Amino acid sequence: MNAVTPFEGIGASVKRKEDLRFLSGRGQYTDDINRPGQAYAYILRSPHAHARIVVLDTAAAAAMPGVVAIYTGADTAALGSIPCGWQIHNKDGSPMAEPRHPMLAEGKVRHVGDQVAVVIAESRGQAKDAAEAIQVEYEVLPAAATMAAAQAPGAAAIHDGVAGNLCYDWHIGDKAVNDAAFAAAAKVVEFETTNNRLIANAMEPRAAIGEFDSTSGDYTLYTTSQNPHVIRLLMGAFVLQIPESKLRVVAPDVGGGFGSKIYHYAEEAIVTWAAGKLGRPVKWTCERTESFMSDAHGRDHVTKCALALDANGKFLGLRVHTEANMGAYLSTFAPCVPTYLYATLLAGVYTTPTIYCEVKAVFTNTVPVDAYRGAGRPEATYLLERLVDIAAAETGIDRVEIRRRNFIPTDAFPYQTPVALQYDSGDYTATLDAALAASDWAGFEARRQAAAAKGKLRGIGCSTYLEACGIAPSAVVGSLGARAGLYEVGTIRVHPTGSVTVLTGAHSHGQGHETTFAQLVADRLGVPVAQVDVVHGDTAKVPFGMGTYGSRSLAVGGSAMVKAMDKIIAKGKKIAAHLMEASVEDIEFDRGTFRVAGTDRTKALAEISLAAYVPHNYPIEEIEPGLEETAFYDPKNFTYPGGCHIAEVEIDPDTGHVTVMKFTAVDDVGRVINPMIVEGQVQGGVAQGIGQALLEAAVYDSDGQLLSGSMMDYCLPRAEDLPPVGVATHTTLCTHNPLGVKGCGEVGAIGSPPAVMNAVVDALKGYGVRHVEMPATPQKIWGIIHAGQRLAAE
Amino acid sequence: MPQVTLTVNGKTSTVEVEGRTLLVELLREKLRLTGTHVGCDTSQCGACVVHVDGDSVKSCTMLALQADGATVTTIEGLAKPDGTLHPMQEAFREYHALQCGFCTPGMVMSAIDLVQKHPQGLSEKEIREGLEGNLCRCTGYHNIVKAIAAAQDVMHGRRSELQPAAE
Repeated sequence: MNAVTPFEGIGASVKRKEDLRFLSGRGQYTDDINRPGQAYAYILRSPHAHARIVVLDTAAAAAMPGVVAIYTGADTAALGSIPCGWQIHNKDGSPMAEPRHPMLAEGKVRHVGDQVAVVIAESRGQAKDAAEAIQVEYEVLPAAATMAAAQAPGAAAIHDGVAGNLCYDWHIGDKAVNDAAFAAAAKVVEFETTNNRLIANAMEPRAAIGEFDSTSGDYTLYTTSQNPHVIRLLMGAFVLQIPESKLRVVAPDVGGGFGSKIYHYAEEAIVTWAAGKLGRPVKWTCERTESFMSDAHGRDHVTKCALALDANGKFLGLRVHTEANMGAYLSTFAPCVPTYLYATLLAGVYTTPTIYCEVKAVFTNTVPVDAYRGAGRPEATYLLERLVDIAAAETGIDRVEIRRRNFIPTDAFPYQTPVALQYDSGDYTATLDAALAASDWAGFEARRQAAAAKGKLRGIGCSTYLEACGIAPSAVVGSLGARAGLYEVGTIRVHPTGSVTVLTGAHSHGQGHETTFAQLVADRLGVPVAQVDVVHGDTAKVPFGMGTYGSRSLAVGGSAMVKAMDKIIAKGKKIAAHLMEASVEDIEFDRGTFRVAGTDRTKALAEISLAAYVPHNYPIEEIEPGLEETAFYDPKNFTYPGGCHIAEVEIDPDTGHVTVMKFTAVDDVGRVINPMIVEGQVQGGVAQGIGQALLEAAVYDSDGQLLSGSMMDYCLPRAEDLPPVGVATHTTLCTHNPLGVKGCGEVGAIGSPPAVMNAVVDALKGYGVRHVEMPATPQKIWGIIHAGQRLAAE
Repeated sequence: MPQVTLTVNGKTSTVEVEGRTLLVELLREKLRLTGTHVGCDTSQCGACVVHVDGDSVKSCTMLALQADGATVTTIEGLAKPDGTLHPMQEAFREYHALQCGFCTPGMVMSAIDLVQKHPQGLSEKEIREGLEGNLCRCTGYHNIVKAIAAAQDVMHGRRSELQPAAE
C-alpha cells in the first residue's frame, strides 16, 4: 500500500476526480443515454391555469406519422397519486388536505403546464407534431394566481373537498407566553414582506427514460434525480405498484439540482409505465420552457411579523404569521418547507425567549412549490435579518451592536430554542468579527463618501444567520410528519489488492462527492484518493439511500461511511491479530497500517484485504471472509452551520441599477474536508442568493399565466451581475457526528439575500426607505429614488 | 431527406437530416457527441456552444444544413490525441471552475474563442462581459473567471505553464 500524502486527507484542496470526464465531454447525463429501440415522449401541457377538459380527442393525432401511442388521464386513472412525503397536521390535530395528484389530468387542469396527455412516437419531432394535433376543448374556470385570490370569499375550489383552498393551518410555540412578552415590551417593531417565488433552473433540464424487460418483469428508470432510492420508493410503492426488487432507478450524472430534482415527478412515472405498456424504452427530455412550468418552484411566502424588544434592545419575543403557496398540487416535500424547515429556524442566532408562528399553506393555480436551495431556512433568515435591521433603525441601536446584544453566547451550548431545535455548537461573535474585518466594515463611511462624490449611493449590510441541516433523527422527523427515514447508507468495499469502492446513498450533482468522499477514505484507511472510487446514483449498485438535499451528504452520508470504515478497521484488526499472532486488543491501526502495539510488526491494509479474500491463513471460525461493510447512520440531531455575510452595494440613482461591489462570507460549516470545494459551494449559493435579492422572480399574471416562463424573461445571474465572492471559514465542530461536519451546500443562499437587501436599504437611507422588497430591480429602485426626490422637492 | 457533409473534430461525415434539424441535434443524436449540451430553447444558456469554422456558435441556433461544408470543433475535440488537455480545460480543473459540469463544455468553448479573439489579454471585467452568452448556475462564475484569466496567459504564450490556484 502506498503511503498517503497528507495533502489528500481531511483539509486538503484535492482537485476533483470527476472533472476529467466533464471537461472532455464524457459526462453521462440522462439525455445522453439512448436505449435500443427507444421511442420518444412529448407531454401536451395545459395552456390554462384552471379549466375543465370538455373534449380531449386524440384520434387525428394518433394517425400522424410515427405515433406509437397517446395516453390521457383516462388511461392512468387507476394508477396511484403522485405522493407527498410529509404530512402536516392542523392546529386542531386534523391532517392537512392532500388531494390527488394524477400523472395525467383527470378531467381538470390546475396550472399552466399541467400534464394533459402524452404522445409517444418514433422521433421527438413526430411526438411534438402529433401533440399539436390533439384536440382539447377547455371550459376555462376562474383561476387563483395568488394566495389572496385563492382565499377570497367565493374563490373557485381548485380541488374538490378542499375548503377555502387551504392545505393546512399550523402553528408552533406558546401563544399565551408570546402574547405576554409583547404586552411587556418597551418597543414592538412590525414588518410585512413577501419572499419572492423562484425557479431553480438547474442547467440540465429534467429527463427520464423508462425501460421494461418483459422476460424478467424488471423496470429501469433513468432520471435526473437527487435521490434515486426515494424515487424508487415513491414511484414503485405509491404510483405504479412495482416492488423494489423489480424496479431499478438510475440517476447518472445530474446537471445541478438545487432541490428541484428531489421530487418524484409525473413524467418519471409516465415513461416507466408507458415502457411497460409498449414493451420498449420511452425517453422524455424536458425543454426549458417546460421546465419553467413543470419543475417545482421555490419560496413564495407572504408574512407579517413583529419583534418585541426591551428598552436595551434585547429581543423579548417574535410573532410570525406566514402564508405559504403550495401551488396546485403537493410536491414531495412541500408541506414541511414552511413549517419544520422554516418556523423552527426563527430563533436564528438570537436568544429570543418566546416565538409563536402560524402558517397557512394555500393551494393556488400555479406550479407546485417545494424546497429550493435552503428551503424554508432562507425565508426565515431573510425575515429575521431584515427585521433586526429595521429594529436597529427604529431603536437607534447600531445594527451590529443589536445583533451582538442578542447573540446566543458560546457558553450556552447546547442551546434549546423555543421552537424545538437544540443547537449543538457555534460562535456567532467570531464569524461576525471575522466578516467585519474582512469586509473593512469600519472603513465603509469613507467608501460611501467616495461613491457619493461620483454621484453613486453606496450601502453596506450584514446578516448573521444560522441554518439547520443534515435533516435528522428519523424518529424526530417521523413524529413531525415525515413519511421516510432520514438516515444515510454507506458501503466500504476493500478489494483484495487494497483499492476501495465506496457505495453511497448520497447523490452528487455538482457537489464533488467523488473527491470529498474519497478523501474521507484516504484520511481514515490510508488508501490514496486515486485508488478510491465512489459509486452513487444507482439502486442496483448502492444498497439503499436517501439522497442529497438539505446539505446532508457529508454530515449524514459521510458519517455512514465513517461508521462502515470503523467496521472495516475492527474486522481488519482481527485478521491482523491472527496473521501476526497477537491479541486483537494489541492491534493499532493508523492510515493503512495495522501494528502490534509497541513493536515494529505491521501489516498493510492490502495484506489484510488479500488475506480476507484468500483466506488460507485466516480466523475462519471467528469471522467471515471478505472485507466489505455497510453502515446505516441515523443522525442524533440536525447540524447547525452559521456565519456572517456582508454585502456592499452601489446604486446608480439615474438608472436604479444595483451593483454588488463586494461580498464577504464567513461561514462556520464545521470541519472542512476540501476547502476548494467548500469555497465553490458557498460562492454558488451566494450567487443564487444575490439572484433572489436583485434579479429573480417567478411572475404570474392574474389569470395564472406564467410571465417569467423563459430564460429571456426570468433573470438568472450572469457573470457580469456578480462580484467576486470572498469566502472564509471559522470552524466550531459539530458535536454529534463523527466528522464534526455541518454542511455547506445551502449557507450561501441562506445568508446572502438579507445581507444584500440590508445593504440596498442602507444605500437608500437618505430617501426615507424602511424596506425594499426582493428582487430590487432597477425599476423598483428608480421609483423609490424618484418618489423620494419628488417628496423632497414638495 | 437532405444530406449535410461536415468535418467534426477532424472527422468528415455525411449525414441525412430533416430540414428542421439543428446542428446540436446532429452532433448529439447523429454523431453521438453528447458532450455538447442543450440547456434552454431560447439561445440564452450557451451550454451548446461549439466552434464552427473557428468561431463560437450556439449550436441550438444553427440548422444542421447551414453547417454543410463546415469544420466543427466540439468539447470532445479539444484535448490532444495523447489526452493532454487544452490549457482552458486544464485551467477549469485547476481553479475548480465547474461543479455539475453541464454548462462546462459550452463555457469552455466560449472561453477559448473569447481568449483567442483578444490576444492583448482580458481584464476580469472583460472576461465577465465576454461570458454574457453563457449561464452557470453552480459556481457563481468566480472560479470560471479566474480559470479563464489563468488560461489566457498560457494560450498567448505569456506563461509556459498554468499558474497554480492558490491553496
